[in-house]
Amino acid sequence: MREITFREAIREAIMEEMENDISVFLMGENIAHRGGVYEVLKGLLSKFGEERIIDMPISESGFVGAAVGAALLGTRPVVDLMFDDFLPLAMDHIVNHAAKMRYMYGGMAKVPVVIRVFFGAGTSLGCSHSQSLEAFVVHCPGLKVAMPSTPADAKGLLKAAIRDDDPVIFFEHRLLYALKGDVPEEEYIIPVGQADIKREGMDVTVVATGMMVHKALAAAKELSTEGIEIEVLDPRSLLPLDYETIVNSIKKTSRLLIVHEACKTGGFGGEIAAIAAKEAFGYLDAPIERIGAPDVPVPFSPVLEDYYIPKKEDIITTVRRMLS
Amino acid sequence: MTKKHTNEMLKEVDLISMYRLMILTREFEMRVAQIYSQKGLPELPHLCVGQEAIGVGSCYGLRKNDFVLPSLRGRSVFITKGVPIPVLMAGVYGKATGPSKGKWTAHHMGDLENGILAGSLVIGSQFPIAVGAALAFKIKKTDQVCLCYFGDGASNRGDFHEGLNIAAIFKLPVIFICENNLYAIDTPVEKAMLIKDIALRAQGYGIPGVTIDGNDVFEVYNSVQEAVKRARGGEGPSLIECKTYRLRPHCERHQESRSEEELESWWNRCPIKKFRAYLLDRKLLDDQKEHKIGVEVKEEVKRAEKLAEESPYPKAEEMFEDVYAHGVIKEGRLCVR
Repeated sequence: MREITFREAIREAIMEEMENDISVFLMGENIAHRGGVYEVLKGLLSKFGEERIIDMPISESGFVGAAVGAALLGTRPVVDLMFDDFLPLAMDHIVNHAAKMRYMYGGMAKVPVVIRVFFGAGTSLGCSHSQSLEAFVVHCPGLKVAMPSTPADAKGLLKAAIRDDDPVIFFEHRLLYALKGDVPEEEYIIPVGQADIKREGMDVTVVATGMMVHKALAAAKELSTEGIEIEVLDPRSLLPLDYETIVNSIKKTSRLLIVHEACKTGGFGGEIAAIAAKEAFGYLDAPIERIGAPDVPVPFSPVLEDYYIPKKEDIITTVRRMLS
Repeated sequence: MTKKHTNEMLKEVDLISMYRLMILTREFEMRVAQIYSQKGLPELPHLCVGQEAIGVGSCYGLRKNDFVLPSLRGRSVFITKGVPIPVLMAGVYGKATGPSKGKWTAHHMGDLENGILAGSLVIGSQFPIAVGAALAFKIKKTDQVCLCYFGDGASNRGDFHEGLNIAAIFKLPVIFICENNLYAIDTPVEKAMLIKDIALRAQGYGIPGVTIDGNDVFEVYNSVQEAVKRARGGEGPSLIECKTYRLRPHCERHQESRSEEELESWWNRCPIKKFRAYLLDRKLLDDQKEHKIGVEVKEEVKRAEKLAEESPYPKAEEMFEDVYAHGVIKEGRLCVR
């Protein structure tokens, strides 16, 4: 199989869906010529023109609201919102409108909009350019939320998201854009709402998202040399959540560790822990553990920022403790 | 009303239809107020009494596939756009036969078949959504237009700025219709902005802006028709500020804070009164015709009320329906399998 980067996988997904469906168009800041901050959309302009790749002024609430209106009228906008830290600027249209429109029309409307954001710390961009805000949108019925961790998942999930008739918030960890991975050349889709076991193991279920999937996989390698086999489970979609796969894994391993980059308090990990405690209580041999950032803003200086981000070592230490 | 306000496009039959729509809206609103005070209703009524000329005058010349996104006082828009009175009334009652089957408040109803975009209760959020509808028309190369209604208060939202600017730079077929009724709940407009006319703000976006008498149905009709023509021709958006006044409190639970003198002066400038005087003067209306219209609309609203009373509420379990296009809510949780 050929290898491409996460960035190229996203670009391919968008390109294929734009070719498949004339109603798909892109909107965002600085996307047409530049291709966006991380140049994910580079090269699309010459193929599709300014009519379908629309540069917007700095008006996040304005163009996310416009995407909702355009989606209601039979188009499929894919919005590049840049940083997930900009979600709050557009939150009214995401939470009060995109998510609720179908309900408001008694099922007679659909809002097929995808809002792509990149997220996460690690590039010294400071506290309003580095957050992991997925819990904000997971808390909103009417939305779907995806967070792929590999190029293949990114492509398949984004294609599914664009075809989905419901609004999808699509989280891309900025440190993953350069990551290479196997991606099939033939057409495929990964449905929103299906988890994937990235590495099988019998000792501890580690549910990880985004960049943390890779830290969990690195931890798994090291732990394996000690004879500990962790199962790394990537939900890939947070809403809907594939809790069946998670619960089945816990029933197998009897231990659950959840790892996300977002801060723990009010974080999505709490939801998974609650589900596990209810659905797999009798199977658990150790308290459920969570790893996440502390309740502080993402710091700027590399020393502080590095200390902030959950690490492979944190996973290793926690797994050892859970098995001791 | 002077002669210049009439429109050659409007025939006698149109004038009577428009008058009837205004009377029907008034009858509907006043009956809703009465039912609300006597028995209570799920909808907290935010009535358009006194502002009927704006909805009727602006929607009357539209095509069925043109869209509107009404403000929170949109009943004259719904009625002129063709929503059946029984459906509206069922919506007010929260019945299963209402526009959203009881999922959403009727005074912000949406109806894609009649070209109505649902509003939210968030004042001023309608600008970007209406702009997006117009963007879809442009992308699909249709010549539909979208009318976006809002009050004076909403024009202070950031979304007003973002929405109008986006509409302007892409020359989108959207017409912004301000219903300046002089108050945002109790706050007088002069305490919320330093300019006298909201239409002035159009200059900031490089689009035409006019201020008109919103209680004059012909002024509304003519200004909107001109803006619609411009929009269909690809020349972009316009802002029309209709000066008006609501003759009921902000909502039917709200204690009136405006003076009786002020209210009385505006009752004298009531849009229906004004239209009626014009029609009587031109001998287009007489006692007999007027009586007939009055009886008919009363009957129509009464029938709708009876039907709404007799209609079923949605079943409680229907709460779980219509949330997602793909995916069901099982045990309170979204599932896709």
